[in-house]
Amino acid sequence: MQRIGVFVCHCGTNIAATVDVKAVAEALSHEPGVVISQDYQYMCSESGQNLVKDAIKEHKLSGVVICSCSPRMHENTFRKAAASAGLNPYLVEIANIREQCSWIHKDIATATDKAIILGKAAVAKVHLNAPLTAGESPVVKRALVIGGGIAGIQTALDIADAGFDVDIVEKKPTIGGKMAQIDKTFPTLDCSACILTPKMVEASQNEHITIHSYSEVSDVKGFIGNFTVTIKKKARYVDEVKCTGCGACMEKCPMKKVPNEFNEGLNNRTAIYIPFAQAVPKVAAIDPNYCLMLKNGKCGVCSKVCTAGAIDYKQQDKFIEQKYGAIVVATGYNVINLDKYDEFAYNQCPDVVTSLELERLMNAAGPNGGTLLRPSDKTHPHTIVFVQCVGSRCDDEKGKPYCSKICCMYTAKHAMLIREKYPDTEVYVFYIDVRTPGKNFDEFYRRAVEQYNVHYIKGMVGKVTPKADGKIDVQASDLLANEQLHINADMVVLAAAIEPDKSARPLATMLTTQMDTNDFFTEAHPKLRPVESATAGIFLSGACQGPKDIPETVAQASAAAAKAIGLLVKNSITCNPCVAHSDELLCNGCSSCEKVCPYGAITYQDKEFRMPDRTTAIRRVASVNPAVCQGCGACTVACPSGAMDLNGFSNSQIMAEVDAICK
Amino acid sequence: MQVNNNFEPVIVAFCCNWCSYAGADLSGTNRLNYPTNVKIIRVPCSCRVNPMFILRAFQKGADGVIICGCHPGDCHYTSGNYYTRRRITLLYSMLDFLGIERNRTRLEWVSAAEGAKFAATMQQFTEDVRKLGPNRRLEDLRCRKQ
Amino acid sequence: MNKNLKEQVLRSSGVNVLKCMRCGKCSGTCPSYDEMEYHPHQFVYMVEKGDIETLMKSDSIYKCLTCFACVERCPRGVEPAKVVEAVRLATVRQQGNNHLSPVQIPDMLDDDLPQQAIVTAFRKYAK
Repeated sequence: MQRIGVFVCHCGTNIAATVDVKAVAEALSHEPGVVISQDYQYMCSESGQNLVKDAIKEHKLSGVVICSCSPRMHENTFRKAAASAGLNPYLVEIANIREQCSWIHKDIATATDKAIILGKAAVAKVHLNAPLTAGESPVVKRALVIGGGIAGIQTALDIADAGFDVDIVEKKPTIGGKMAQIDKTFPTLDCSACILTPKMVEASQNEHITIHSYSEVSDVKGFIGNFTVTIKKKARYVDEVKCTGCGACMEKCPMKKVPNEFNEGLNNRTAIYIPFAQAVPKVAAIDPNYCLMLKNGKCGVCSKVCTAGAIDYKQQDKFIEQKYGAIVVATGYNVINLDKYDEFAYNQCPDVVTSLELERLMNAAGPNGGTLLRPSDKTHPHTIVFVQCVGSRCDDEKGKPYCSKICCMYTAKHAMLIREKYPDTEVYVFYIDVRTPGKNFDEFYRRAVEQYNVHYIKGMVGKVTPKADGKIDVQASDLLANEQLHINADMVVLAAAIEPDKSARPLATMLTTQMDTNDFFTEAHPKLRPVESATAGIFLSGACQGPKDIPETVAQASAAAAKAIGLLVKNSITCNPCVAHSDELLCNGCSSCEKVCPYGAITYQDKEFRMPDRTTAIRRVASVNPAVCQGCGACTVACPSGAMDLNGFSNSQIMAEVDAICK
Repeated sequence: MQVNNNFEPVIVAFCCNWCSYAGADLSGTNRLNYPTNVKIIRVPCSCRVNPMFILRAFQKGADGVIICGCHPGDCHYTSGNYYTRRRITLLYSMLDFLGIERNRTRLEWVSAAEGAKFAATMQQFTEDVRKLGPNRRLEDLRCRKQ
Repeated sequence: MNKNLKEQVLRSSGVNVLKCMRCGKCSGTCPSYDEMEYHPHQFVYMVEKGDIETLMKSDSIYKCLTCFACVERCPRGVEPAKVVEAVRLATVRQQGNNHLSPVQIPDMLDDDLPQQAIVTAFRKYAK
């Protein structure tokens, strides 16, 4: 027989003013199994909790019902109180008679009636509550960082600093990401490579960090604290250990007409290549799409010149499996494809470039050695037009609906740098709004206008037309002057929108994390949990979560690292015990539950059963991994045989509540 | 048809813990009134609501059942509310078959920030059920209140 | 501000002028910009303000070529050319306010006259 204690809270006058708490306690005392029913001024206060603890001991209670505020507020408080008095915390139920009764109703009689019914429902439910024990699951003390840009590097360094092993998986042959391609950073104008490359070296030399470059994540299994990840190490046809990065192969490779991705295709590289001088790891890779040896079997020059004997044309993709406790996603961003924007003539004219291309054109390690020249005829541009919001803030299928956030600032930077270096150049910036929220950001933009005399024009470029004489006609509106302008430009720079990397979507599916419609990873809470994904054990770092500049990316990277470290320091994690479980005797192995489970928590196992006729049979039955199950209950409804049930919200418990309310 | 003005419908509301239950709490915090007829049952996700629970409620004398979940795309469990949407659609055809008015069952999306929407929805639903009158079709007479 | 007129223009154009983010790309792309007193972005803004009579009196409504460059390039999908067309239509519909009253129609009926012509005339010449 159950021995249930009911405690009705006054909450000062919050409840007592509209609900007759004495009447509620009195009515509930007649419910079956109720041995004690009391009311008290503030149940959540220490003396209120002591009331519960004493009653548990004194009356040997097997269940507790607290009629008070929302369980979202104090469920944990009372669970802890019960636990300290020796009662299983999951034998406590809360009847919400404040938020869902006293605060919304005015009439005392009807509000009291409702409070009694809510109390009865909770009593009916607590009758069926089972003691639950939160399981524990061990934590593998190793983290995986997916993406080796500044976000991934910073996260890895921070985690390694705390003494945990970290693996970085980077799909390109070198880490560094977009920041390695950038010339200068705003608003301080310090050299990007000068601050990034030391960090890249630090990452490569850190004993806790393993860098898997030219690799991709191909499979993720498991759950928080215990992920099993398969990493595909793509064949680079060069032995990573033997290669010294001397570059002799690059000098001799006869295939010299490969567009150089690092310079955004503005010049060419060889088929065997090291992306850039400061690459980490400084190991060559052979591009199989261009290598004559790999394509036609005729060449082999690189293997002849390689004194280290590192070239291996027969190398295959390699798969390695590794266990991790935490995963940090840092897949970053890319510039959108501008093919659909005919009006800007990006595909028709080499002198119309994106901002990232301009970044390379101005970089000392870029195709022109740092001298700004037009890509078409290598002459000096004298009039440069910048176009903002190309593809950002678009409500059509061509662009992105969001603001890319970084363009206003880098355009101001470009304009300023050009005016500084080439004062004879006229620079026009067409803007819709100049968005400069950030420390020293607006001052920076004002400096571009006031000190460097960059012409900021409110309006948008409508049409860019390359002309026969090599000039470019830019037709645009000047909204403040209310006129249409034609600028005879030498170069046009498009501030193209940024989008999440294409690899992010399949990765999100593997990780069972959520994404928004723009393919940015969704954080667990937009305000209060900005670096965690909704899936436990998976953290977000950098622009994969939304457009960000470098300082924000680094801040988020360190925050994600802190969260990951917080997980890795634990030896085990407590699981939510309100998870699904299947009654193996009822389960008919139909797989309905497996299909609806959003977390892949349900697997099927062949188990031996003793049958009623004393034979043994092997049956396929569902089994739920309690560490993965989040307790949504989708499987319980999908199950046709009623084998699946959810702890804490079982079929019988909810039915009992329904009955109590309808009675 | 006569409308009994004294008729007070019994309404069962299933609210998902993450959005709608929080929305209901918010309407309380904001002191937004809705009828006492509505009694809320907390479930982890709207997809925990077995259509059987709804039929059970009607059998036990409920006059209306409302299921509230997170907005599409906002489900705490990624996709639970999509399952709910499909299940309720199927349930409607079964209710049609049984001769229970469709309007006695409703599926609504209420986010944790929509306290006002929650109160307004409950008010509207109670009025709608009140107009429909008592549920007699599936009520088990053995369960009838004395 | 004429509320009815604004309502009419919004309805006949089917355009949501509130989607405009005032970038001015429509005017930047307009081939007859210099011919116009009011430019595509102004059409959108003035319709939003309800200042439609000014637009109706202006020659700008006839200078628009309806080339749809602005519609094609608007990043927000506002379709300024449709707004211009709607203002033009509002002007056409109001010519000779109530020049034609429904009472006159029976006399005008004639077996050879297509029904559609009467409807069109009615639309054009009656308020």
